[in-house]
Amino acid sequence: MVRRALVARLLGGDGRASIALRRAAFDNAGLAEPLRTLVAKVAGHASTVSDEDIAAVRASGLSEDQIFEIVVCAAVGQATRQYDAALAALESATGEGRA
Amino acid sequence: MRLAILDRGHSFGTKVLFALIRAVSRHPVLDVVKLGKYRPGFYGRPMQAVTQAAMRGPSVWSVGDRELMAAFVAGTNGCEWCVRAHAAVAERALGDRARISAVLSDVETAPIEEPLRAVLRLLRRLTREHLVTADDMRAAMAAGATREAIEDALAVCFAFNTIGRLADAFAFSPASSAALEAGARYVLARGYR
Repeated sequence: MVRRALVARLLGGDGRASIALRRAAFDNAGLAEPLRTLVAKVAGHASTVSDEDIAAVRASGLSEDQIFEIVVCAAVGQATRQYDAALAALESATGEGRA
Repeated sequence: MRLAILDRGHSFGTKVLFALIRAVSRHPVLDVVKLGKYRPGFYGRPMQAVTQAAMRGPSVWSVGDRELMAAFVAGTNGCEWCVRAHAAVAERALGDRARISAVLSDVETAPIEEPLRAVLRLLRRLTREHLVTADDMRAAMAAGATREAIEDALAVCFAFNTIGRLADAFAFSPASSAALEAGARYVLARGYR
């Protein structure tokens, strides 16, 4: 499935950020500042991301390529959780329990 | 955009392509395109497959109604020019400007079919609150939305919940109406490729 292929690519394929960091951004969990703030904003209220949030992450030593990957993982991670939660609600409403 | 690589870091071949797009369309390259073409093996190509499947693949919903959902999700996210972009595609596909503007101004009073209204409510809730419940699903099904119709709409929502976040996080530049119209013509003719 196309969504699963996207996630597999982001979390399993080559990248400039480590797989652990990409996974943490995707999960919006287990990150230290200043990444924690940036990723939480991308997932929760992306319109509140500021130039300063990006500057702080850059100043912490991450390259633009790493920030690109981390932000993409954070966005796809949250959209995936929403999608999965909605599908689970649909399963529960239809009571089909399709695996 | 907030990352210089997304504006200027593309491969030589892609820069040539962008120059060609600018010359032929006489508009700047849209930031959503620049993002998708930056190291496309990482995000652009796999995401394109997701978007193309949701927006042009087999679905209970017409292309026009799916573009309407995209515009509606963008509106819920507060991205005005993203709304205009997808409303322009929906208008071309549906040939019904009144239907689109009615949905975008108030989904509750818009003269649309009840299953579509119910699904749009679901997408709004999912986009705003990040969660929908089994009761929300039952309400949508009671209004006539089938399981398949809901699944197909959720696929559209996934794509635009992702893209909307990236547009905000990377600070996409608003595009002119003329550039959006040109983009709309392209997307309707070619799909999300």
